[in-house]
Amino acid sequence: MKIAVCVKEVPDASAPKRIDPQTFRLDRNVPGALNEFDTHALEEGLRLNEGGGDGEVVAILMGPPKAADSLRKALAIGADRAVHVADDALAGSDLVATTKALAKAIERESPDLVLFGQQSADADGAVLWASVADRLRLPVISQAASLELADGKAKVKRQTEYGYDVIEAPLPCVVAVSDAINEPRYPSLKGIMGAKKKPQDSVALSDLGLGPDDVGEAGSRTEVYAVGEPPARGESRRIEDNGDAAEAILEYLTEKKLV
Amino acid sequence: MSTLVYVEDHEGEPVKGSLGVLSKAATLGDDVAAVLCGSGVEKLGEQVGKHGAKRVLVADDPALEAPLPQPRVDVLTKLIEAEGFDTVLFGASVLTADIAAALASRLDAGLNWDLVDLEEQDGKLVGKRPALQDSVLLDVGWKSEPRLALIRSGTFEPAESGGSAEVSKVEVAIEDWSQQAKMLEQAHEESEGPSIEDADVIVAGGRGLGKPENFSLVEALAKELGGAVAATRAVVDAGWYPYASQVGQTGKTVAPKLYIACGISGAIQHKVGMQSSGTIVAINKDPNAPIFEYSDLGVVGDVHDIVPKLTELVKNRKSG
Repeated sequence: MKIAVCVKEVPDASAPKRIDPQTFRLDRNVPGALNEFDTHALEEGLRLNEGGGDGEVVAILMGPPKAADSLRKALAIGADRAVHVADDALAGSDLVATTKALAKAIERESPDLVLFGQQSADADGAVLWASVADRLRLPVISQAASLELADGKAKVKRQTEYGYDVIEAPLPCVVAVSDAINEPRYPSLKGIMGAKKKPQDSVALSDLGLGPDDVGEAGSRTEVYAVGEPPARGESRRIEDNGDAAEAILEYLTEKKLV
Repeated sequence: MSTLVYVEDHEGEPVKGSLGVLSKAATLGDDVAAVLCGSGVEKLGEQVGKHGAKRVLVADDPALEAPLPQPRVDVLTKLIEAEGFDTVLFGASVLTADIAAALASRLDAGLNWDLVDLEEQDGKLVGKRPALQDSVLLDVGWKSEPRLALIRSGTFEPAESGGSAEVSKVEVAIEDWSQQAKMLEQAHEESEGPSIEDADVIVAGGRGLGKPENFSLVEALAKELGGAVAATRAVVDAGWYPYASQVGQTGKTVAPKLYIACGISGAIQHKVGMQSSGTIVAINKDPNAPIFEYSDLGVVGDVHDIVPKLTELVKNRKSG
């Protein structure tokens, strides 16, 4: 089974995050990391292909050249092959511009299953997969708390506002998994050493049959006008536990008349 | 402005979030229509009309019975193209996020998501979107029409305007590929057990508890404080705690006087379900956890040490 897993590089959790006041884009000149939500999609892809013949897990990433580090991490964790969609013209792409390129890159692979994580840690959108699926004319199931494949179909337990649905779709299809679906493995030393030898393709816009006007700001349909401060929540206190945190919490609750 | 608001329904009722968005849309302009997509939803038309829609368009068809996105995208695409709506609004949910995102591709339209407000500035529609764990607030807009927007759940309260709407049926034609996903079992709300929505004190546990058995720490503290126990989506999906206790976008929305978050990182999905709590105390060993951004008291430390100690202290206080 050929499984495409879409992954993204996001700013590292410990890096200071800011919106560039000139471009209104996220400043990506900070240490990056493989989006943690996507490691669950990768793990699910690896799990589904375990012990099964000529299966392949292809990690597909769209992002600037430095995001190759995150793609290498996906290979170190276990992906068989990597596709890096990189082109200067892609910078500043919104949802429709991003999915135009991403859908083409997925289409080139003709996978049996396309997996996404539940959101990116930087954009919090949770909108990519349905947009991609529509472009590919493939069924989509999101918020997957579990995923089983049998008889050429994907069976998903989807969490909604009301509990769990069970939904089935024939392959090929697109599934977005929740971060509770599995515990992702860490890259082993052998995996890290072997990652460099795995095939990595770099794909430019022209390879996808797209021009610079299709993507980036020219291909985007949304824009950002300004960056401002959110309404303040009021005074916030922060303490580090030196063995007396419980006492400090009780004191705080007493002060607020909550106990 | 010619606005269409998607009104989601569940078990024979329009959902509150959709009605809230509809009420908001009515304050921005007069030309507001609502669309219902489902099976047997025509009877909801009148109720929807009371919340500010001048027209209610009803796509009523057995093929729309299951809450799946793709058949609805087909219906909405035709409707938006035929009627020329320039703005299409959704109250965010699992279902509508998928509908709106697919519609963006289909119509080559801009989608702004997670909006907490909408306003008109110099004749231009502007959305407010919190970003970077709500540490900044962006003014966002659209470069073309139709403009699509997902409104963060719980943002707008439904308000009855007392008006009535003209209800009409719309054509339902669904493409074959859109009907490939099938609903085998549909979720129904569980009403068993005490509701966390009415509790004054909530002690909530997340993945940071390490294992399901450690929920006993949270339960013990909740008991001493006379409160209820809640859980995050991650631990509910993992089977550590029942769905009825889940707080967040796909769970309950709560606003107790005191919310103590134990081992919860506090992603947006959780935040929207509890941000209106009076006082928020967070205990987490990761100093970068987003929950500290919106806690009144943030404690960087190990829940396994702190929670049992706090339980003991509260107990002693009560007996002493």
